[in-house]
Formats: sequence, structure tokens, C-alpha cells
Amino acid sequence: MSTTTTLHWHTVCPLTRLDLDRGVAALVDGMQVALFRTADGLYAIDNRDPVTGAYVLSRGIVGSRQGVPTVASPLHKQVYDLRTGDCLDLPGVAVTRHEIRCREGLVEVRLRQEE
Amino acid sequence: MIGGSVVVIGNGMVGQRFVDALRSRDPDGRWRVTVLAEENRPAYDRVRLSAYFDGVSADELNLHTPYDGVRLRLGEPVTGVDRVRRLVTTAAGEYPYDVLVLATGSSAFVPPVDGATLPGVFVYRTLDDLTAIREHARGRRTGAVIGGGLLGLEAANALRLLGLTTSVVEFAPRLMPVQVDTAGAAMLRRYVEELGVTCHLGVATTAVRPGPDGTAGALELADGTLLDADLVVVAAGIRPRDELARAAGLGVGPRGGVLVDDTGRSSDDRIYAVGECAAVDGTCYGLVAPGYAMAEVVADRLVGGAATFPGADTATKLKLLGVDVASFGDAHGTTPGCLDVTWTDPATRVYAKLVLSDDATTLLGGVLVGDAAAYPTLRASVGGPLPAAPLALLAPAGSGAAAAGALPASAQVCSCNGVTRQDVDTAIAGGCADVPALKACTRAGTSCGSCVPMLKQLLDAAGVVQSRALCEHFDVSRQELFDIVRVHGIRTFSRLIAEHGRGRGCDICKPVVASILASLGGGHILDGELASLQDTNDHFLANLQRDGSYSVVPRIPGGEITPEKLIVIGEVARDFQLYTKITGGQRIDLFGARVDQLPQIWRRLVDAGFESGHAYGKALRTVKSCVGSTWCRYGVQDSVGLAIALELRYRGLRAPHKIKSAVSGCARECAEARSKDFGIIATETGWNLYLGGNGGFRPRHADLFATDLSTSELVTLIDRFLMFYVRTADRLQRTAAWIEAMEGGLDHLRSVIVDDSLGLCAELDAAMARHVASYSDEWRDVLDDPDRLRRFTSFVNAPDVPDPSITFVTERGQPVPVGGRSPSPDGRQPVTLGLPEVRR
Repeated sequence: MSTTTTLHWHTVCPLTRLDLDRGVAALVDGMQVALFRTADGLYAIDNRDPVTGAYVLSRGIVGSRQGVPTVASPLHKQVYDLRTGDCLDLPGVAVTRHEIRCREGLVEVRLRQEE
Repeated sequence: MIGGSVVVIGNGMVGQRFVDALRSRDPDGRWRVTVLAEENRPAYDRVRLSAYFDGVSADELNLHTPYDGVRLRLGEPVTGVDRVRRLVTTAAGEYPYDVLVLATGSSAFVPPVDGATLPGVFVYRTLDDLTAIREHARGRRTGAVIGGGLLGLEAANALRLLGLTTSVVEFAPRLMPVQVDTAGAAMLRRYVEELGVTCHLGVATTAVRPGPDGTAGALELADGTLLDADLVVVAAGIRPRDELARAAGLGVGPRGGVLVDDTGRSSDDRIYAVGECAAVDGTCYGLVAPGYAMAEVVADRLVGGAATFPGADTATKLKLLGVDVASFGDAHGTTPGCLDVTWTDPATRVYAKLVLSDDATTLLGGVLVGDAAAYPTLRASVGGPLPAAPLALLAPAGSGAAAAGALPASAQVCSCNGVTRQDVDTAIAGGCADVPALKACTRAGTSCGSCVPMLKQLLDAAGVVQSRALCEHFDVSRQELFDIVRVHGIRTFSRLIAEHGRGRGCDICKPVVASILASLGGGHILDGELASLQDTNDHFLANLQRDGSYSVVPRIPGGEITPEKLIVIGEVARDFQLYTKITGGQRIDLFGARVDQLPQIWRRLVDAGFESGHAYGKALRTVKSCVGSTWCRYGVQDSVGLAIALELRYRGLRAPHKIKSAVSGCARECAEARSKDFGIIATETGWNLYLGGNGGFRPRHADLFATDLSTSELVTLIDRFLMFYVRTADRLQRTAAWIEAMEGGLDHLRSVIVDDSLGLCAELDAAMARHVASYSDEWRDVLDDPDRLRRFTSFVNAPDVPDPSITFVTERGQPVPVGGRSPSPDGRQPVTLGLPEVRR
């Protein structure tokens, strides 16, 4: 299994639509992506909670654990590292992370897909 | 011989305990059991008999458990025992036995005075006695109790509660002569007389004189006093019920009682005796704990065990007329050469005495009146070295960790369950780090609970730091955080964590702070930074379901709803294709809504007059009700009206956990109020308030807190109860656990919100008044505000696209989520929703 990054940057929304420390979901190229804005920067991960299969991670509470920026699944509260997508509570569980940046006030996402 | 037929005579507390003990030791049912009971009702809690006058029903006092292989014959007194043919005879027939257990208890001793058999003279032993006393007290003014011991004072309090002007007559020169010494009794008398009960001490009763109607009218005392007494209770001691044993020729003790050895066996080796009817090596015990021990010993013997009766701990601690009284060990200092250390504080009205060995190193016993906080430590220290200097032990704050830490390993910490210091220390060494863990591991503190403070102290003494930190971001408990926010007037999470915490917060501390800010009147929960703190349920003001959809619960106060509103709910559910289900809280849950549908659904509901039901919040949920006196032929009060008023008063109140309530219109309790955080049950003259119940994983009945309240008295108490809970409970701690964890428990709660012992009541009242005045429907406020509404889209870049992952199939005519039902807990095998991944 290798991870490749697709080439396209997709413009998603103005940065002002992202509240500090709260996620939103976006449809990017047909994929559900969870976008977060914290004081440290922007993060994008799959919106799908790998434990339950529900598309809810954008609705989790954003915070930190030992200095690592995190989001907690709103369903069963497993915590994920926003930088890597790794689940900090369940070894071996992770969500795909995506690239995200802000250009001229607009949030852009570039998908990574497992193949 | 193990197995056969065992006949038990008597179904009191000890008789029942014997049956329970035998059943648990004899799972194969080798012993067939027949219980012959004189009374018409199965075993009940006689120790709490007086609670019957506080509104506790006979059913609640019930102790009887039915078992297979146990036959219970009520109302069938035994007339004879034939030891040769091994037969027990009743009016109804004969019962053969292989083993006979006498559990006949005791009867009240009635002194042979004139008039003792007049109508209006009662004893205080059974529920029937109490019912008769209550009947006779109706319309009468004065009462007298012969006997100033433990039972006599209980009876005096009962007469007082029945509205009678009450006197107590005691032949000994002091109250509670068996348990309490002269100085302690003097302190106790001050408390008792302050309650309006007159004490006549050191004087015999010579006669009961009839009044004009031929029933009791007055007591005549040996000193010539004539006391008005329309009702007389005789509580002058008990006598073992040994008449069957005597008639059968069994040996009896010097002061009565069936003579048994330390295995409970009488002079006939097929006959045992347990409880108050037994004289173990000649001594009768009038307390239930030694009776229970005997019952366990005999049950053990019947299955081939070798248990023996270890001798009784006659230590007692009780609350008499609201006064703590405790007595333990050699309370009267009868050991030769012993020394007394006494402490009398007339200001706080506390009396304490310790009896020490002649070299002042060993604790022998003691008496406590007015404050029994030191009782658990002291009782556990009897027979061992003093755990601290005597005065340090007796001073109000003297029962601290240092004292508990000095207890010897053999000291019994929990006498109810026979748990020693050693057992507790072993459990702590094995990893028990808090009181709940110790309770689960050792059973200490699971019966009367009086040793719970000592368990905490032993944890302290073992150096176990009982962390109160909320999470890695805050080192303090929720209660401390609440005070910090309140005292410093902090209104934002960012300031709070910058000044009093660290890091960026998490899914534990953020919702806690959101709740605290809401409780302190922080405005709408989605305003500004507050929105980012909310759990998803509060964030979307709806309940997240497993497929990512939400459910909607409009408030239906008291469960009362008009046909028009029902139709609106039906129409909304139909139009948005929602699954509908009636909830346990008498409202209707609408499932399967996407976030973008929530505002449209609520627009319809708000326009029809509905408001948020807060099913998504740690907040007041519902106040359930039965239909009450409006319709029900049994109802005595308007339970629906009260339920609606309470639900409207407390709606929107944010708390450490959800809060549920119910109001029942009569004692039949159809609203199940006792399973609620606060439950109200109507009486003929008002309302009884129950606190601290819950359903769920560990169901618990609420405890009776106050009786016969007017509606305004009731509301005041609930106001304070809720506000005190909101301020001081831990995160996700329901009211039951909150009260259990409170030092002093329900009594402490009563002192805070009834007697205002902390001077908090005015503040709590004002806080609730602010809550009531500032309430506003959260959903209406969202619909009126475009900025709040913008959150309700499935996708930030495609507001018109519904979430394609939420799809339904039809089951029993309703939509339900597609796909598997039981996600794997370890997350290794994600459950697929059975729909294609949304990829191109």
C-alpha cells in the first residue's frame, strides 16, 4: 500500500468560514473531508470515523493532548492527531490526512488517497 | 446430615436473613425450607420502623425475597413443637422437620401496672402497632412513652410527628441508660426537651388512668404526678419469645431466651435458635447485627461448615430525634482501673467520653452525643492502642487521616461486612485508588456507609493521591473550576485556560467549561467562542445518532399535549421522513434528521408553539407525571399541573449531568418518581420530596428528603438542591453519586439547603431566580439569527448538497439507518454502512 497525493488543489471556501477550534465538512472531488482551523494552523483529514463508519469527524471537539493538536470523534470520543491522522487511543487505527493551505483568503485542499 | 426439611419459626429480620444465608450457601436446594410466620406480612425492616411515620411505605420496608424451595406461611402462629415426632404444629396443620430453627424474636415487656390493657395503650414492635398508633392519634392531643431507652425515644419522636404533645417517663435516672453515661444523657436530654418532649426521669409509672371515653387518659407516676396522655406507648424493654422452647422442654438462659452454644444449637441438637429469642451462652442480644451473625453461623453449620458465633459488637450509632448518639465497647467504664477522658462543650452541645485502660494506652470504649464523626475511627480502635492523643481524637476535626493511619492492621474498619484495616491496605496495594474501587473490592462501606470517611483517610494514609484534576489541561475539579469562573468573573474559555490551565483544552474540559458558563448565565450556547466548546449535541441542538444523523425532541411539559400539537409532530415527521418513537420521559423523539434539515424542522415546530426539549444537553430533561387528581379516582393532588410548572421553571438549566424528574399524584407512584434525580409524590396534605434516584446502569431509588411540603416549600427546596448540585458536583456525576460522595450524605445536604448551615441559601435562591428570569428558547434564538444558522449545513462548500452517507431503509413502516448495528469496539474492523464510498 502506498500513499499518493493527487495533483489538484481544490478551492473550498473563504478562510472566514472556518471558526477557530471547530471543524467543518467539505465535499472535495466527491470525498468528505473534515477541515479544522486552530491557532497553530489548518488541518484536513477524512471526515469518516474509522471506528463507526459514520461521516462525523468534522463535528468533534478540537483540542490538544501533550501538545499535539487533536480532534475527538463525537461518537465514541477516540482522539486523533490532526497532523498525522493517527488515532491516539487505538493503536493501528488512523484516518487519511489531506493537504490544506490558505491562498489569498481562500482555503484549498489537495487530496491524498490510499491505493 | 446435609439436606432435608428445615422449618423456621418466625419471619422477622433474622429469620429472613437465615433463609437468605441458607439459600446462598445451598445453591442445589438440598434443604427444603418452610417458614411459619405469626404476622400477616413477610419480613420487613424493623430497625427503620419509625420511617413508616415519615411517609415510607410498608412495601419499601420489605426485606422478603421469594426463593424456589422456600415455602412461606403467613399468619400461621406455631402452637407447639413435638421433639419426639419432630413435628411443628399450627392451627392449620403439622410440619415435620429434620432441623428446626427458632427465630421467634422478642416481645415488648409491659410492666404490670393498672390500666396497662386499656384501649389507647400500645407497644412499638410491628407495622400493625404503628398503624394502630396512627389511627388512635387522630384527633388526640397528648401522648406519653413509658421507657426512655433507644426504642422509647424513637416512639416519642413518632408521637411528636403525629402532632401529640409528648412526654417520656424513664425509671432510670437518665435517658438511654444502657448505652449512654450520666453526662452524655444530660446532653441528650437538652436536645430532646428542646424538641418539646418532656422528660420525667428516675420515676416509675404506677398506673394508666382512663379518660372520659374509657381509653387511656393520663399516666400516674410514683411521685404523684398525673401526666395527660390520650395515647400511651410502652417501650420498657423486651423479653425473648421463648415460650415454645420452654413448653418443649428446651434449656433456657438465666434471664430467658433459648439457651444455645456458639454454633446456635440448643439443648436438642436438631433445634437451633437465632436472633433476639436466643441466649448465646446465656446472653440475649437486642440488636440486629448479632442476630444476623447467628443466622449466618447456623446456615453455615447446616451445609457442613464450622462457623462459630464470635461474640457481638454491641456498638451502636444512631440518630435519635436528629441527634447523633454513639456508644461502643466498655461505654460505662466497668473495666477495673480504667480511666475516663471526657469532653463537654455546652456551646456546640457536644459530649464525648473515651474509656482507656489503666495505663491510658488502650481504648476500651466510649460515648458520643451531638457529634459522632469520630465514631468509625474510635470503634475500629477498641481493644487496640489509641490512634492519636485523646483530645485530638475528640475535637471536632479530630478524626483525620493521622488517626486512621495509626489504626492497627487487625482493626475492623467496616463492622457491617467484617473488613479490617489489613483488608483495606491489601486492596490499596493491589491497585484500588479510590473509594468506589475499595467498595467494589472489599465490600467495606457498602452497607451503612459510616466507614466511608475512614476509607478516604486510609487512602490518604497510604499516600494514594486521589487526583481531582479534570484532565491534563486543568489540575482542579469541576467544583473548583466553577468557583474560579464565578469568583473571577471569567466569561471565556481562552482566558480561563490561559490563567488557570494549560494547553488547548479537550473534549473533557471544554464541555465542562461550556456548562459552567451556561449555568452562570453566559448567554446563548452558540455565541462566539462558546460554540467551539460544545459537544456536537449542543452544537447542533440535537442528538447525534450512530449514522451521523440527529434526533429531535420537542419539549412536552409534564407529558401533556394537545391533539393539534400531536398532529404537528406527526406532520413534521411525515414530511421530513423521520422515524418516531415515544420516549420514557413522556415525549416524542424524531430520528434521522440531517444537520441541514434541523432548522427547517424547528421552524415548523417553533411556529406550532414547541420549544427545545434539551434532550441533547446535560440539563433538565423532563418532569414526567401521572394524570393525578384531575382524572384519576385515586389521585390526591394535581400532579400534571405541578409537573408542568416544575418543567417550565427548570427548563434549560445546564448541569454536570442530565437531570430527570417526575411527579406522582398519589402513593401508587405511577410516574415512577423515585427513579428520578428529584421525585415528588403527593400526600393528602401536600408533597413528599425524594432526592437522588436514577435508572440506568446502576439503578437507585431516590431517598425521602422532606414530607408534606406545600408547593412553595417544595419549589424552594428543589431550587436549592439543583443549584447546589450545579455548583458542586463533579463532571458527569448524577445527583445520586453526588449525594453518596458528599461527606455526611443526605444529612449534610439537608443541613445546607434546609438549615442553611453554609449560609448559601440566599445565593442559591438568587441564582435560580436569575435562571428562571433569563430563560429563552435556544432553538427560537437560533432561527432568529443568521450567524447561528450558518452552521447548519452538511458541507461548507456545497450548502445545497445533502450528506450522501445518510440513507435509510424501511423497517416496520419507518425509516431506519442502513447497515450494521454493532460497531467493533477496538475499531479494527470498521463496520461498513453498506453504501458506496463517495468517490469518483
